[in-house]
Amino acid sequence: MLLEHAPPAAPRTLPDERAARRTLLDQVARLEDELAQLFCSIWPRKGFSLGVPGRGGPRLLSLAELEELRDDLAARTQDARRALSDRTYREEQYRQLIEEMMLDPAAHKWVRVRNEDIGEPGCKNWHVRPRLGPIGMLMGWWRVVISSGCPLAT
Amino acid sequence: MELALSEGWVEPELAEDFPELGLVHAPIQTRPRRSPREVKRRLHVLADRYTGAKVIHMRQDSIPWAYRVFSRQVGIDPDMDRTPVEAIALERLRHGGLKSENIVDDALTLAIADTGVPVIALDADKLIGEPGLRQARSGEELAGVRPLFQRQLVVADEARPVALVLGEVGHDAGVTGATERMLLCALRVKGVPPIAVEEALWIAAETLYT
Repeated sequence: MLLEHAPPAAPRTLPDERAARRTLLDQVARLEDELAQLFCSIWPRKGFSLGVPGRGGPRLLSLAELEELRDDLAARTQDARRALSDRTYREEQYRQLIEEMMLDPAAHKWVRVRNEDIGEPGCKNWHVRPRLGPIGMLMGWWRVVISSGCPLAT
Repeated sequence: MELALSEGWVEPELAEDFPELGLVHAPIQTRPRRSPREVKRRLHVLADRYTGAKVIHMRQDSIPWAYRVFSRQVGIDPDMDRTPVEAIALERLRHGGLKSENIVDDALTLAIADTGVPVIALDADKLIGEPGLRQARSGEELAGVRPLFQRQLVVADEARPVALVLGEVGHDAGVTGATERMLLCALRVKGVPPIAVEEALWIAAETLYT
């Protein structure tokens, strides 16, 4: 009972933010490193968002702002890594599809896989088409045509 | 050629968060002028060294990365407000080359691109005392550029802010056609070896004396 009514003990020392700030600054540095690595892994793929808005710097950020920045960077890194993982999984499936198309073109009529689908730059594509047009279609002469040229600029 | 390198002061509160932060400066006795042919040729050679892949991977190189991290830690988005070395690389990719401006700008471009260390040039005769790094105070402004918010990080002399850290130089301290003595200032952050900072100042000075 006595304890319940006792006034709260005054802190003997003021909280020191320095250690927390150092830790947060180190975490921000590590996350920025991860983002830089992800950026290089992602290139030349498109459709990824790696941006984390600035905080009106250059200035010393408060502890709360540093925490918020760390959380934003962590969330962005996690999202980007997950998106890249999903994308590379799909790309692997497309690579397998190319192999299957090459082995059995007739089973993949008119299928087309582009470089973009396998995460590569350029305009190359693999397209299953009949040899000799309609005659090939009727005779079942299917083949994979690899085109490497980009369309001319208009 | 001799170069007297000095370490500028750093406000204690800043040094507490960034113990390795520093401003190294060196005086130069020369006037701005058009770049000689030799400097233009060096810019041309430098531009030829850039490739798309190199620029993409630049952010993983230790020195450009260190400035990206510092930018992030002080609230700058380095993908929007590029660090000086990345800004030069991007300009090279966009314009297909590095255009010669004048001996001062060209010297800074060569120094920054070669080392990754940001260097600025100030008019030494317009500075009051030694330059250093501190936070802006209430009501201060960067002359001719913009008012400053309290706690913005600035390069300052003993009287006023003269440049924003990783940003613009105030009009009352920048190099003009009438400048007779300059002060080159290089920013050092965690992860950047002192020798890289010194090299940046040497490259800028040597180019200015060309």
